[in-house]
Amino acid sequence: MITSLNELKELADKKKCASGNSRQELRVCMGSSCISLGSAELGKSLQDELQNRDLEDKYKIKNVGCNGLCANGTLVSHCRGDGSTLYEKITTSDTKDLVESIQNGGLLKDKMCDITQPFFTKQTKIVLENTGIIDPDDIEDYIAHGGYEALFKALDGMMPKDVIEEVKTSALRGRGGGGYPAGIKWESVSKVVSEQKYIICNGDEGDPGAFMDRAVMESDPHRVLEGMAIAGYACGANKGYIYVRAEYPLAVEKLGRAIKQATKLGILGENIAHSNFSFNIEIRLGAGAFVCGEATALIASVEGNRGNPRQKPPHLTDYGLWGKPTVLNNVETLANIAPIIKNGGAWYRDIGTENSSGTKVFALTGHIKNTGLVEVPMGTTLRELIYEIGGGIPDGKKFKAIQSGGPSGGCIPKELLDLHVDYESLKNAGSIMGSGGLIVIDDSSNMVEIARFFMDFCRSESCGKCTPCRVGTTELTLLLDKFIKKEATKSDFELLKEMCEFVKSTSLCGLGQTAPNPVLSTIKYFESEYLEGINDD
Amino acid sequence: MSTATDDRYNTLEKSMKKLGYDKSALIETLHTAQETFGYLGIDTLKFIAQRLRLPYSKVYGVATFYNYFRLKPKGKHNVVVCMGTACYIKGSNKILEKIEQRYGIKVGETTPDNVLSLLSARCFGSCSLAPVVVYDNVPKGKVTVEDSLCEIEEMIK
Repeated sequence: MITSLNELKELADKKKCASGNSRQELRVCMGSSCISLGSAELGKSLQDELQNRDLEDKYKIKNVGCNGLCANGTLVSHCRGDGSTLYEKITTSDTKDLVESIQNGGLLKDKMCDITQPFFTKQTKIVLENTGIIDPDDIEDYIAHGGYEALFKALDGMMPKDVIEEVKTSALRGRGGGGYPAGIKWESVSKVVSEQKYIICNGDEGDPGAFMDRAVMESDPHRVLEGMAIAGYACGANKGYIYVRAEYPLAVEKLGRAIKQATKLGILGENIAHSNFSFNIEIRLGAGAFVCGEATALIASVEGNRGNPRQKPPHLTDYGLWGKPTVLNNVETLANIAPIIKNGGAWYRDIGTENSSGTKVFALTGHIKNTGLVEVPMGTTLRELIYEIGGGIPDGKKFKAIQSGGPSGGCIPKELLDLHVDYESLKNAGSIMGSGGLIVIDDSSNMVEIARFFMDFCRSESCGKCTPCRVGTTELTLLLDKFIKKEATKSDFELLKEMCEFVKSTSLCGLGQTAPNPVLSTIKYFESEYLEGINDD
Repeated sequence: MSTATDDRYNTLEKSMKKLGYDKSALIETLHTAQETFGYLGIDTLKFIAQRLRLPYSKVYGVATFYNYFRLKPKGKHNVVVCMGTACYIKGSNKILEKIEQRYGIKVGETTPDNVLSLLSARCFGSCSLAPVVVYDNVPKGKVTVEDSLCEIEEMIK
């Protein structure tokens, strides 16, 4: 049991000392992407090779989470006392060569990953600082890297209002899409008088094309738990739920193990560190419903119901889970909390832009060379993200647009490549930040078809409760079909625009209100492709 | 088979008991049921309704709301094509179309001989490997149309 900040630091030092004295590490990425490339088998084969060469007392295989550069998986990092070397595209057929070169003190040159490329140097890691480094199954490894220090610091010498003040100073905004200031949300709940309050972590990550939350939950689950516990202390809640997608079995497994380990050490549970603060966390499984990204629908789902949203107000801060005041934060938002408490809100405030502080994790996918996860300061330009960090467009194709914000977002054309990415600039460009999926689209794609893809997605995900969304998304999909088949008329084009505005302004929840965004933004920037679909003869 | 002699119902009962027959844990219970039975049959849903003292309409309503739950049994083998945005951009719709044509089934259907079920997913979150196809629970990335047809042939051989 750990009962004070000092004890925590002692454990951290002990662990650091033990790993400092011991073997060199071969860190094998066990993120979902690398696992589907066979990293689990690779880990075993490396272990066997070490055993065959009698090297087990010199080298240790460490399973770590996502390294970010998923395009070049499986990534293996060789860590010595004096530094580390990253190897890419390693498969079981490279096992022998890799171990042999390491044993001889050399480098496997043709498999080395250049860590001086912009993909690595242009990133600022706060949320992802531990991913790819620590073993997500080992709470002591997390503690050795400064884990849970923020929670104990808060319990040790900060009043709940000090914690809230720090988060307010940081100006951290919700990373789930809306961008509501986290500190203000916490403050609202802390001020409500109620015997029971809840903290909910949204790990549903329903946007297709986004996987940053998955990576955090799989690679650094304790970071999420620590953020939740700090939120609980600040707001006066003693119970937390993590709502995770059932499609993320590895995240569910890692979080479950992390909760058990933290409870065993007394970091979660009753009277943490001899204080009056108790906090327990349970996992609730989602079951694949995009609408559950909407706060009230998510609450309905946690309560075991169909994920139907309801009218607001009352807001969750007054009437949330089972009618009690509830803080609902996204995984990435909560993962930012521990560093903010540790380093201070002002430190965080200095990173990023005026209205959007800190960093943002983006999932770079689509027609781009370096697909994977990147964390950059807010305000980084799209050009830097695509051409420097992302390595540009492959196969000699040209950049056409970038889609942000998933089905609720929009497409941004090449004229806006120098846009500094933050909440406001994306909104002004007709898109949204969303959870951070960035899908690069090259000139081989038709934008009307992409708009139709998203509309059809919203149509099938509409919960059906309100008519504008249920009927509107269906009608819009059928209208878009006419453009794709080049059978639309001029009046169809007018109807399309009118109906988009109608669905946007009259739907009950965020799903319907944002569903027309992909259509509106593609009309705005790629109108000619719609006009090509008009046949008025 | 009656519920009393079917071991799978015992597994389900145990899981509900562990959760204190909590009505709000209905979704968890449905997950356990689907894992145990492979799908959610009408009898299973009725059993859950009775044990959790919930109206059958509520249990059925929740089971049909979420994409993850299946109300029909799967075939001996199954293939899931990811239809997330990154996979779509990289042509997963063409992969899906070709599989549909080759085996004469639509998404969500099983071949008449019960050998192959074709499913689609909203997003596996393995977008950097797009397009992704999962064959009998084994995910494969950067798949081409030809790859996927060969892989399926191999799988159902």
